[in-house]
Amino acid sequence: MPLPKALQNREFRSTRSGAFSERLIVISLALCATATVLITVGIIYMLITQSAGFFRSEAVTMSGFLTDTEWTALQSKDLAQAKFGILPLLSGTFRVTLIAMIIALPLGLITAIYLSEFASARIRSWLKPTLEIIAGVPTVVLGYFAILVISPSLQLISDGAFSTFNATGAGIAVGILCLPMVCSLSEDAMRAVPRSLREGAYGLGCTPFETSVKVVVPAALSGIISAFLLAFSRAIGETMVVALAAGTLPTMTLDPTQQAQTMTGFIVEMIKSESEYGTVQYYSLYAVAVTLFAITFLMTLGGQIIRRRFKESYQ
Amino acid sequence: MSSVTPAIESEENSDALPDQTLIHIEKLNAWYGDFQAIHDLSLEIPKHKVTAFIGPSGCGKSTLLKWINRMNDVVPGARAKGRLAISGDASNDHAEINVLDPGLDVVGLRRKVGIVFQKPNPFPKSIYDNVAFGPRLHMKTSKSELDELVEWSLQKAAVWDEVKDRLHGPALGLSGGQQQRLCIARAIAVGPEVLLMDEPCSALDPSSTLAIEDLIFELRTQYTIVIVTHNMQQASRCSDKTAFFFEGKLIEAGPTEQLFTRPQQKQTDDYVRGKFG
Repeated sequence: MPLPKALQNREFRSTRSGAFSERLIVISLALCATATVLITVGIIYMLITQSAGFFRSEAVTMSGFLTDTEWTALQSKDLAQAKFGILPLLSGTFRVTLIAMIIALPLGLITAIYLSEFASARIRSWLKPTLEIIAGVPTVVLGYFAILVISPSLQLISDGAFSTFNATGAGIAVGILCLPMVCSLSEDAMRAVPRSLREGAYGLGCTPFETSVKVVVPAALSGIISAFLLAFSRAIGETMVVALAAGTLPTMTLDPTQQAQTMTGFIVEMIKSESEYGTVQYYSLYAVAVTLFAITFLMTLGGQIIRRRFKESYQ
Repeated sequence: MSSVTPAIESEENSDALPDQTLIHIEKLNAWYGDFQAIHDLSLEIPKHKVTAFIGPSGCGKSTLLKWINRMNDVVPGARAKGRLAISGDASNDHAEINVLDPGLDVVGLRRKVGIVFQKPNPFPKSIYDNVAFGPRLHMKTSKSELDELVEWSLQKAAVWDEVKDRLHGPALGLSGGQQQRLCIARAIAVGPEVLLMDEPCSALDPSSTLAIEDLIFELRTQYTIVIVTHNMQQASRCSDKTAFFFEGKLIEAGPTEQLFTRPQQKQTDDYVRGKFG
């Protein structure tokens, strides 16, 4: 068999020059990666310098900010009467997020188990796109859905116990919003569990359901927990739905039937209000933003630690 | 098929030629972190022959194999000291290659020293694209030259007849043995001088194994082949020279027949008789 022409020519590329361009490529990749770091640093810098304007004011004390149970930055034009206690906003965010998680986590995880372990190819082929449609719905539409459908339904069932704008309606809408994320990330994690583990469980006489719950879910735990934490951060940061449907009154309560202005909802209201730039009331939005940032930062950090602890690696 | 360019293709019986060393290994030591995997190892690998590395798991044979084309570069903590050189070759126009030179162009080295792994690892592309993958990277070819090269490589790897009707079908649709021969075709398509094989048959059934062994014996007329194997029958069937490793040391190396019938060392004798390992 004669050697083919391409090999007779022996004209191979020079790999030396390749090494140089390779290095250039790596450097530019590293520069792109640095951009994310710079952006993060920029955001933190802005939040800290701007919120300093708030905390420097004599009307504000750190302990008051953390413990006062009233927040009237929008309502009190007069600085002397304004109350800056973050707790009502935190309680709003907490209520909405809790309700959202009650909806999204179980529903998302169960759907993921069904999709990854039980659904036939045909069911998957329409269930997955349906979930993706939810993921693609603009949040403003979901906010309206909460006002026009969810809250009126709640009022109807409860005989009017729910106010027009309430934490539950907004929470359910945020939960719907987080559902596809929980579901698809958990499903990915479960699908990544090697077949041999499932076979091992079946080989010991497990039913399909026992196999998924006792072997697949624990094996995919790190991915599932990351999915939960991502959804949690998403719910805390969600803005449009709560700005539309949760109400505009900061209330210090755990009652889910009442209005609940969240931290994000307040920031929107403040930016759109007529408060003058430079006033302490205006700067308070940065203090709220720092709190929000700190919470999501801690969530991310916690997520990293948990992921590392539960990490299983498979060959 | 008769050769029209006998000057390039050397089809003469390589058994008749005196051994010419292609790969020189002298006082090689290799580590993974603090663990020393290879101790003071010296070995000569003859050109256009099949050299088999045998020994129990963890004896350093795979480590040595992977140093020959610096595959260990990607293993964190792996380092080696000593001499590992590939003789210069006028027909392939390169001077002696000092493999462990930190400034070495490893990309160029790996084109000259190809490797076939334990598990067949074709890319999730068509059969044709798998074989054409290397040539497309390394050379400028016309469509017809590339077609010719792909066919030649697949024929050399003794898999052409089985795949010629589905060249553009997925490579992952082939059987394990076919996939492994495809990987060999992929490796020789870039015109290497050395082929390293890391237990190339351990994931295959006996008949596929036999096909690959025949192929290995066939390919040595043109390539220098180094094969790591757990299977002593395989070493005795398809290699010219065998090296026996134990705990990171070379215990004995010599012509395959001699090593299996008249080993000089007791450890070798025990191992080839199946007393341990």
